Amino acid sequence: MIETIKNEWFSNIRGDILSGIVVALALIPEAIAFSIIAGVDPMIGLYASFCIAVVISFVGGRPGMISAATGAMALLMLPLVRDHGLEYLLAATILTGVIQLILGVCKIAKLMKFIPRAVMIGFVNALAILIFLAQVPHFVGISTLTYIFVAITLLIVYIVPRFFRTIPAPLIAIILLTAVVIYGNIDLRTVGDLGEISKTLPVFLIPDIPFSLETFLIILPYSFALAIVGLLESLLTASIVDDMTDTESDKHRESRGQGISNIINGFFSGMAGCAMIGQSVINVKSGGRGRLSTFVAGAFLMFLIIVLGDLVVQIPMPVLVGIMIMVSIGTFDWSSFTYLVKAPKSDATVMLVTVIIVVATKDLSKGVIAGVILSAIFFVAKISKIKVTQLERKEKIVFQVSGQLFFASVESFVEAFDYKIKNQHIVIDFTDAPVWDDSAVSAIDKVVVKYRENNNKVNIEGLNESSRKMVDRLAVS
Amino acid sequence: MYKKILLAVDGSEHSLRATEEAIKIASLSKECQIDVILVAGYSKAKGEVLHASSKEELELKRKEKISPAINKINDTHIPYTMKIFHGEPGPAIVEFANNNSYDLLVIGSRGLNAFQEMVLGSVSHKVVKRANCPVMVVK
Repeated sequence: MIETIKNEWFSNIRGDILSGIVVALALIPEAIAFSIIAGVDPMIGLYASFCIAVVISFVGGRPGMISAATGAMALLMLPLVRDHGLEYLLAATILTGVIQLILGVCKIAKLMKFIPRAVMIGFVNALAILIFLAQVPHFVGISTLTYIFVAITLLIVYIVPRFFRTIPAPLIAIILLTAVVIYGNIDLRTVGDLGEISKTLPVFLIPDIPFSLETFLIILPYSFALAIVGLLESLLTASIVDDMTDTESDKHRESRGQGISNIINGFFSGMAGCAMIGQSVINVKSGGRGRLSTFVAGAFLMFLIIVLGDLVVQIPMPVLVGIMIMVSIGTFDWSSFTYLVKAPKSDATVMLVTVIIVVATKDLSKGVIAGVILSAIFFVAKISKIKVTQLERKEKIVFQVSGQLFFASVESFVEAFDYKIKNQHIVIDFTDAPVWDDSAVSAIDKVVVKYRENNNKVNIEGLNESSRKMVDRLAVS
Repeated sequence: MYKKILLAVDGSEHSLRATEEAIKIASLSKECQIDVILVAGYSKAKGEVLHASSKEELELKRKEKISPAINKINDTHIPYTMKIFHGEPGPAIVEFANNNSYDLLVIGSRGLNAFQEMVLGSVSHKVVKRANCPVMVVK
């Protein structure tokens, strides 16, 4: 026990502290921008990022992974905030945590492997597109100066890291350009123009909402979608961190941890969050491995919020837009274009449908659900293909069956036989065809009966052990 | 002569040519061993995990990148070892080479296209600059 704590917390102290600081710096622009996507005060995103990172560093299952306010979650909560306000969002955040905790206890992570990669690729691409689309109102058709500042930000975030990597480039862009705008008296929209910013420490509050069934029914659909999307992105991120660090992680503990951190986060006025792919990659790249790195990221972020609090309102919107464009470019899976060409048509379709549904509904969870259903249908269609080959062997007619025989394939199985045959010795060979269910047995029965009606002798061969048991139990043969 | 050669590959044509050169040098001496390494880049991890349906498939895909080089060495009688690990390709190769004191490091000139190199920087260039042992860049 103590050995584990030592190992997970204090085996990489220097690396974890340094990388935690880098992540905290990189978190600031994103937390602010994601708050704006959700339609809430930037402090809500900053508090959430602090709170989630600190709590998950204790209760998470994947040391070294960074969780905070994310774009995927922010996009889901926008309609709730718009129609009902912040207090409902905080309540929804707590309920999200409760749902995640329950799903975590039920070992939801085991279900992850049933989500096809086509859906996951669609998920990240849709996320990238939505993050980009959310920026459009903040820079298109406002002023020429806005375009120029977006362009300068993009140049900074892409070129500076080629020469200088100690401080994350987005933060450099923010500090530099905010200073230029303030001292140059340049007229640009700022974060402050979007709403009030309070600079208080997060305090424990029970959301100020009517505790009624009606309220519950308003927040439930949002919380459910948030819970699903949060777990999906967190578990995907955990796999990426597992791979990068060549270590294993406890996905069940991580699922429960996401729940616990959202519950606490909701009570401390934060918006729901989850693991972040981009930030976790930055953390590992910067040398972060242990729980300490996540803790430092959260704690140092709080310190920065207190120090920088007043400056946040003065950040020009075009700079945040530029940073979010970078985030969306980084989130998009660019190899998807080759994937569309090379992958099987059904997989490519699933990926596209996932993206289209998300972009159309602005709801990542709907796209994932549609993608999973569609790929399940494709999967059944694919494995329900059954082939029956007719051969003549030693005065016998042999039908070789190949494929899976179950409820979805029985129809084509029955139709595949030639029933004009009369007075022959027929063999049906199931060596390459496992029999799965009662529908299959009934179909075999049907075929056999039809042949016998025409005075044929019918033998069934090549059934494997379990298939044999099913057929013996139920059918004529 | 050279006794310990480090061969860093990335699955590209260039690294296959580097393998051929490493074999030529190694066959000059009887006791020479080649250590083949493949660095799975941090920046690629997201895409690779996303496109692999399981951990096993991911491992297989990486092995496929290193196996052409291994097959070439297998055809000779030169002893070799093989290792796949994660890191930033440039610094990771340098660190591995410097920690294990090699007589020679052989690397392909570039597997990236011009645009990728502009964005990511040349791995072989970084390696030449920072490795403590002689480096042979094969083009």
